[in-house]
Amino acid sequence: MSNEIKEKLITDDSLIQISICLGTGGVAAGARDVFNSFAKELESNQVEAVIKERKCRHKVHQTGCRGLCALDVLVDVLVPGMAETSYARVTAAMVPEIVQEHIINKKPVEKYLVDEAHHRFFDKQKRRVLQRCGVIDPEDINDYLATDGYQALAKALRIGPEKVIDEVKTAGLRGRGGAGFPTGLKWAFCRAAEGDTKYLICNADEGDPGAFMDRSQLESDPHSVLEGIIIGSYAIGAEKAFIYVRSEYPLAIERLKIAIRQAKEKGYLGDNILNSGFNCRIEIEKGSGAFVCGEETALMSSIEGNRGMPKPRPPYPAEKGLWGKPTNINNVETLANVPLIILGGAAQYAQIGTEKSKGTKVFALTGKVNNTGLIEVPMGITIKEIVYDIGGGINNDKKFKAIQIGGPSGGCLGESHLDTPIDYDSLVAAGAIMGSGGCVVMDEDTCMVDIARYFMDFIQEESCGKCVPCRIGTKRMLEILTRICDGEGVAEDLQNLEELAKKVKNTALCGLGQTAPNPVESTFRYFKDEYLAHIKEKRCPAKACKNLIKYRVTPDDCKSCALCVKVCPSEAILGGKKGVKAEIQNDKCIRCGACLSKCPTKAIKVVDNDSAAAVEVK
Amino acid sequence: MTATVSETKQEQKIDLAKLEDVLFHYRGFRGALIPVLQKAQHAYGYLPRPVIERIGESLKLHVSDIYGVITFYSQFRLKPQGKYVIRVCRGTACHVKGSQTIAEKISEKLGIELGETTVDLNFTAEEVACVGACGMAPVMTINEETYGLMTVGKATEAIDGYLEKAGSNLHKE
Ligand SMILES: Cc1cc2nc3c(=O)[nH]c(=O)nc-3n(C[C@H](O)[C@H](O)[C@H](O)COP(=O)(O)O)c2cc1C
Ligand code: FES
Repeated sequence: MSNEIKEKLITDDSLIQISICLGTGGVAAGARDVFNSFAKELESNQVEAVIKERKCRHKVHQTGCRGLCALDVLVDVLVPGMAETSYARVTAAMVPEIVQEHIINKKPVEKYLVDEAHHRFFDKQKRRVLQRCGVIDPEDINDYLATDGYQALAKALRIGPEKVIDEVKTAGLRGRGGAGFPTGLKWAFCRAAEGDTKYLICNADEGDPGAFMDRSQLESDPHSVLEGIIIGSYAIGAEKAFIYVRSEYPLAIERLKIAIRQAKEKGYLGDNILNSGFNCRIEIEKGSGAFVCGEETALMSSIEGNRGMPKPRPPYPAEKGLWGKPTNINNVETLANVPLIILGGAAQYAQIGTEKSKGTKVFALTGKVNNTGLIEVPMGITIKEIVYDIGGGINNDKKFKAIQIGGPSGGCLGESHLDTPIDYDSLVAAGAIMGSGGCVVMDEDTCMVDIARYFMDFIQEESCGKCVPCRIGTKRMLEILTRICDGEGVAEDLQNLEELAKKVKNTALCGLGQTAPNPVESTFRYFKDEYLAHIKEKRCPAKACKNLIKYRVTPDDCKSCALCVKVCPSEAILGGKKGVKAEIQNDKCIRCGACLSKCPTKAIKVVDNDSAAAVEVK
Repeated sequence: MTATVSETKQEQKIDLAKLEDVLFHYRGFRGALIPVLQKAQHAYGYLPRPVIERIGESLKLHVSDIYGVITFYSQFRLKPQGKYVIRVCRGTACHVKGSQTIAEKISEKLGIELGETTVDLNFTAEEVACVGACGMAPVMTINEETYGLMTVGKATEAIDGYLEKAGSNLHKE
């Protein structure tokens, strides 16, 4: 992992260092308790020594997300003279033992150490953009400076804006916010646009449900994004930049505020930056919960204080953007790549990746894989490597079914695509998109029709209602999909769905509507048999759609242990104790699966709900 | 729309003075409406009518335009929120791990639809897109607390705990 970065950071190797992941994933897994427990244990063990001295010999870093959320809470312990050690799935209860054994007795606690999976998770990754995440203290600019921070800015100010744009062009950087437009070109347009006042906007709206890359970047290494913003502003000739960030990200906002303040204090922001005569101010704008505001024209309308409705383009933001001024919008990750390009040079940057997709891409790998978390991979890596090598394969040894890439604008790719390389063009050809980086793995228990319905439901809720195809077209599509999932699909549904998908795609006003049919089309293309099973046989092959399944107890296997009765949240199970076999009441059962996982003899099975009638489909 | 008795009572208690600092700070700012609404909501917990009218007066905007903005964004509320806000993640990772059943159960348990608040103002239940803890899916949050790896049973338990804390008698119904 980022050892280089680490080495730069360790200034005093007589310090005992403990770092704990306090990102959202870590906190959900109880990191705060672990943190407090360490503080308490360290404190109480100091009693024998001089407290002041001991206290400053311990530094409990607040690190951001380091990626491997499945192993949260992850704790690194570095005791001078010993190798650095990582502990996985730490709970507060384990802390006294770690402090006593590892820190005081100098014997790492073997049973809690991270295992092989942890190493494989990192082996195939290339952590460039994320190099500091989980390593530095995001609230301390000195950590950033100690790891080459703001040197790219200094270099940019020396070489001048044209050369900066050239470098970004030569590096082949493409936008990481979805569409993959060449960043250097976009900057050149904005620089060339007429007008004295120009703006740069950093798009941190990250609305894709199932994605948290930008959030982690902002929480774990906010200065890298600021540095990208300042360089970008300098390149296009803007003195004011905005960061439009989701208000659901309070920690990211907090850390951005701290970072902006510190950068100002050190002279990297504000007037006459590093004596170059260049001025730059950054303002944070909080979103108010609307997915469509991730779209650039809607975003600008929202900053202007209006309803976040998209506008037709042209005019493009580069000519007429925020308040009618030339504006450049880039995604968080795009901007975080910029310092790497400027500092290391375009040629070095372009060594990673494929011909048309350079560098790395950060993904939020989630769903039914063993190692979920934030990953950064070189462009060109295959889906198989992501799922099996980095992701460690499917949960509970189930069968891989699909990977959803690109969120509501993306698509589901199946087994036949395992060898598809991850790059902008191959993904589009396969029916998905690079998107912002949501990457959800699905197994045999995930119903593809339900997934299509899920995304359509999301789109329907988030459609701003301005154009008819999106407002009404997606509603009709959702109705059809819901009907199919409920076992009420009719023969014409498939054809209507296909037709609607085409129409919405071709006629919607903005990217939201234009890409909304993607999840439907891709599941249709690769998993048509599932649609047919739902309509023709009223059967859900994945056994996920609730109307089409029921739970049944196999009486011979039931030991009347009452575990299912206790765990059922709906009181749907009769008998099950005192020698009476359990029986599930279909009308009360909510199919939550609690009894399935509890039953020690696997006596409860999911079966087709045979009450629905079959339908003819051509 | 005619205000009900309880609404009128509530609105009488509204102290507009809390708003003045915010309005003063944003005087003459372009695009001030959304930050002002955010700050006002922070101060009052929601956006009561008199507050909206005062904002309109100060920013020289029609009340109808302000309503247009408020209703566009999911985070603005025209009604007070419960003391405990339960949010179930509807992100993709949580969805494939069964968050919908959890959401349904919570809504059944509290006797409200998602997006609504109980009459005693103790609970609001909502759905949110990705909490950002997908590794812990399915995820739900109650106020500042994040709960990972949820099951319907665990969610019911957590809510029971809060019901007791709030002294709510919803569960006796
Ligand atoms: C409905 C919709 C939602 C979007 N959401 C985001 C988002 O959350 N973050 C983002 O960076 N770009 C988002 N985009 C893409 C932006 O419009 C824009 O292309 C991007 O911010 C440009 O930055 P880039 O060139 O660095 O990728 C969205 C686009 C659409 C159509
Ligand atoms: S999908 Fe639920 S936390 Fe991300």
